[in-house]
Amino acid sequence: MAIPADTKWKDMPLGGMVPEPGTSEEYQTGTWRTFRPVLDTDKCISCLTCWILCPDSAIIVEDSKVTGINYKHCKGCGICARACPDKVKAITMKLESEFND
Amino acid sequence: MAEKVALTGNDAAATAFKQVNPDVAAVYPITPQTELMQLFAGFVADGLVDTELVAVESEHSAMSAAVGASAAGARVFTATSSQGLALMWEIVYIAASLRLPIVMATVNRALSGPINIHCDHSDSMGARDSGWIQIFSENAQEVYDNIFQAFRIAEDHNVLVPVMVTLDGFILSHTMETLELLPDDVVKEFVGEFEPATNLLEVKNPVKIGPLHLTDFYFETKRAQVEAMERARGAILDVADEWEKLSGRKYGYFDEYRLDDADVAVVVLGSAAGTAKDACDQMRDEGVKAGVLKLRVFRPFPGKEITTALRHLKAVGVMDRSCSFGLEGGPLFNEIRAAAYDTDLKLTGQIYGLGGRDVTIDHIKSIYAELGKVAESGRIDPLTWFVGVRD
Ligand code: SF4
Ligand code: SF4
Repeated sequence: MAIPADTKWKDMPLGGMVPEPGTSEEYQTGTWRTFRPVLDTDKCISCLTCWILCPDSAIIVEDSKVTGINYKHCKGCGICARACPDKVKAITMKLESEFND
Repeated sequence: MAEKVALTGNDAAATAFKQVNPDVAAVYPITPQTELMQLFAGFVADGLVDTELVAVESEHSAMSAAVGASAAGARVFTATSSQGLALMWEIVYIAASLRLPIVMATVNRALSGPINIHCDHSDSMGARDSGWIQIFSENAQEVYDNIFQAFRIAEDHNVLVPVMVTLDGFILSHTMETLELLPDDVVKEFVGEFEPATNLLEVKNPVKIGPLHLTDFYFETKRAQVEAMERARGAILDVADEWEKLSGRKYGYFDEYRLDDADVAVVVLGSAAGTAKDACDQMRDEGVKAGVLKLRVFRPFPGKEITTALRHLKAVGVMDRSCSFGLEGGPLFNEIRAAAYDTDLKLTGQIYGLGGRDVTIDHIKSIYAELGKVAESGRIDPLTWFVGVRD
């Protein structure tokens, strides 16, 4: 578990360390996004280029197939859309303001 | 039992580090510290210690290596001077905020510019708010004794704050003095086994050291760091008591010399305390009730205790071997003045010895003479002045 946001100074871990692994999963970097990558699964050939290059491990892969994007952690950098092969172009970057969720 | 030897200050420090036998030493040369680590490297080469000597490419890397090794659970030390400390700067703060009990010998040397290799305290004073405990030494014996105590204070699990032990460049580092060494087994027992509080190599309990703290956690982590420094106050005295039992030498936050019945006194850090005591004796011979307060611990700052020790004096001169530009008087003067704010203490400040300028008995007697005037008239004018500069 990440350190709760209301932790008092006396209860802080020594030197501000994070006392357990894997806590970045709880940190929702997706809130930083200006552009949202939208995946067209019909076009996608699951070459996994985007999965290799995504700096936030936000490309969801099931059974070696790209099935979606984890919007809790995707920061909207656009690397996936750029790297997707020219003949495929299965990912489009759209302004977050175009969405209501 | 204790063995009497003649060593330079650098050798006394290197010998203390040898007897501690730390796990890791991060090494980069800089005058006047170079000899210290060179001697220690000799101990490593001769197989007298088990220490992993990491020769790095800069002081920034030296402190970075010290931080990495300490975070991994090793007992670590390093040493530097002047520009080296300046180059370490950002990692010096990080070591303290990560609460890593690193011990560093700082061989005091003036900061450039103009470039200079001789003693003043501008290097240590610049780091006074870095979060390190700072312990000053008057002579080689104190350097030796302070290093063992530094490990104990830093590594106390209630403290976990890095410690800087200072020695005046050349005046102590390169001057041979007699001192008493304690036997290896005695100091080994005093320092004890290192029990790390952080261990990056503990695979069963992985932790992340040094994560980003933004507006959400930075303040709480800093507040905890302030508290750790407060807890160091008790640890410093407890460790000093234990050391006294072993060595017969008494340590505290400061040392009072002929202060009990004194009318006038100087407060001084480092090797100039020896000169001040000689000046004090001569003043006593001339019928002036002079005294000396030699400050040993600058961080945490023992403001209350200093004020109490000085409270009966008619006038006090606080001697700074560094200056603070745009502020009248040096850091030691201003901190004691702040601590004495609610008292009637008559305090003056003197800046002396910058860039290794010699400070003589006559210089300090001239300060006592000025203090005599303050004591007599009750008037402070001037508040601060320079001692030993051509004007
Ligand atoms: S936009 Fe960037 S962060 Fe988001 S899925 Fe694509 S590569 Fe990953
Ligand atoms: S790069 Fe394009 S085609 Fe390849 S897996 Fe990603 S979305 Fe699909």
